[in-house]
Amino acid sequence: MTEITRADVCAAAIADAFAEDGEIFGSPMGMLPTLGARLARLTSNPDLVLSDGESLFLGGVPPLGAKADVVEGWIPFPKVFDVVAYGKRHVMMGATQIDVHGNQNISAIGPFDQPKRQLLGVRGAPGNTVNNRTSYWVPRHSSRVFVEQVDIVSGVGPKRAREAGHAASRFNDIHRIVTNLAVLDVKGPDDTLRLRSVHPGVTVDEVLAASGCAIHVDGDVPTTRTPTTEELVLVREVLDPRSLRHREVPEPVTEARA
Amino acid sequence: MSRQPRDKTMTIDEVVGELRSGMTIGIGGWGPRRKPMALVRAILRSDLTDLTLVTWGGADVGLLTRAGKVRKLVYAFVSLDSVPLEPNFQRARQTGTIPEVVELDEGMFQTGLRAAAQRLPFLPMRAGLGSDVLVNNPHIKTVTSPYAGPDGPEELVAVPAMELDVALVHMNRADKHGNATYLGPDPYFDDLFCMAAERAYVTCEQIVDTAGLTVDAPVQRLLLSRMMVSGVVETPHGAHFTTCTPDYERDERFQKAYAAAAGGSDEDWAAFEQKFLSGDEAAYQAAVRAFAEEEKR
Repeated sequence: MTEITRADVCAAAIADAFAEDGEIFGSPMGMLPTLGARLARLTSNPDLVLSDGESLFLGGVPPLGAKADVVEGWIPFPKVFDVVAYGKRHVMMGATQIDVHGNQNISAIGPFDQPKRQLLGVRGAPGNTVNNRTSYWVPRHSSRVFVEQVDIVSGVGPKRAREAGHAASRFNDIHRIVTNLAVLDVKGPDDTLRLRSVHPGVTVDEVLAASGCAIHVDGDVPTTRTPTTEELVLVREVLDPRSLRHREVPEPVTEARA
Repeated sequence: MSRQPRDKTMTIDEVVGELRSGMTIGIGGWGPRRKPMALVRAILRSDLTDLTLVTWGGADVGLLTRAGKVRKLVYAFVSLDSVPLEPNFQRARQTGTIPEVVELDEGMFQTGLRAAAQRLPFLPMRAGLGSDVLVNNPHIKTVTSPYAGPDGPEELVAVPAMELDVALVHMNRADKHGNATYLGPDPYFDDLFCMAAERAYVTCEQIVDTAGLTVDAPVQRLLLSRMMVSGVVETPHGAHFTTCTPDYERDERFQKAYAAAAGGSDEDWAAFEQKFLSGDEAAYQAAVRAFAEEEKR
């Protein structure tokens, strides 16, 4: 079998984020999260409920970009918001910024009144983060993404949820942040970012240097596990035979060693 | 003589003739999906101004803000999906040309429409708590539950009703009375828009007999009842360049050309306007056909 790529490691780390969810709606946003959630559905969590990202619950597990073969339900946007409030959902969103307290921003960069760069808008991030489990996927870990304080709090981290009162903190559950370098959570002191693992070939110092805010390190940081042979076959042969994942996470260039 | 419900068929221009500057207008669909674009284009051609738009934003926001028609924008996102960031909207925000902006969580947006549809001043929900939505919108208040939960009464967001003067939506089929079906994957929130509005105008791909609405579609596809609808217009390809599944999908090539012009120089945009937006709806559709022919070559 050929070399395990960084994208393969990310897919397995994302699958692990959904492994313990049981029978809830897994809502991955974007390519790698979709691949990882489908991998979880085929391995660690066969009860996971997945959609086509449009309006259908998938009975089967199609490859990236393919249409649903068997349909097991209907989930148009109005029903998505019902499920958000119902709580049986785990969304993995993107993040233009994440701060030391696990707040996320997808709204705009700069002041809200006249942003330097307008992005999508807050979308469903405020509601997701106070209603159902939320994770984030960061394909390019950098000091522009990981910042002291996000410009516009879209997704709410645990500290702000706590400060906003019981109604906000009751269902706040920021689960994982998976990046192209590492896996983080928000279990550091005072609900701050914490390093859970670094991907094979990445050092703790590299992750810290690539972050614009402090990340708590608890003793020896483990290495993110590599995918099993079964997972590699599923990723390569079944879910992503066209290798789309490597467009989002290109293989890091290793220094030539003579 | 049999008495029939009213015939509400109108033209695009008659609908726009019912609108006034300063009105609050809800636009149905979702981002780049099943938007009443023929009516949006007609508003562009009109001298209407100072509008408040309430919309799941797509090119409707881009076009109307670029034309300086919008005084206040209420949205949760603006996106073209395959082009994630709407260039005209970005430009308007970054140059500060929209005087008032209300950016909400998506669930809050739905709840605000629902409150208006139910003639309530607000509805409580969790979404918004702890986020900058409440910081940037100080007019949105919280409300304390009158019921003591196990951990005391919860303080929730009191999402204010989003009352609309007019709702504009695009459906696949309608009858002349205003009953209408969607045949694509998602109803979006078009029924809520109509119920949140004083008056609702429906454009559609085709007007059929009432019986025809359920000939080849299950009755659950009938999203709009005529009691919610003030006027009906047949506008084939009226959702272009957004989706109107299964009648047609999004025109990705056209959308790309739109986004390139919107994100380009002033001259690029002027050329796009001149080519596509300087005439009436028939001229637009003819220009789109010519564009498709050019692209084939």
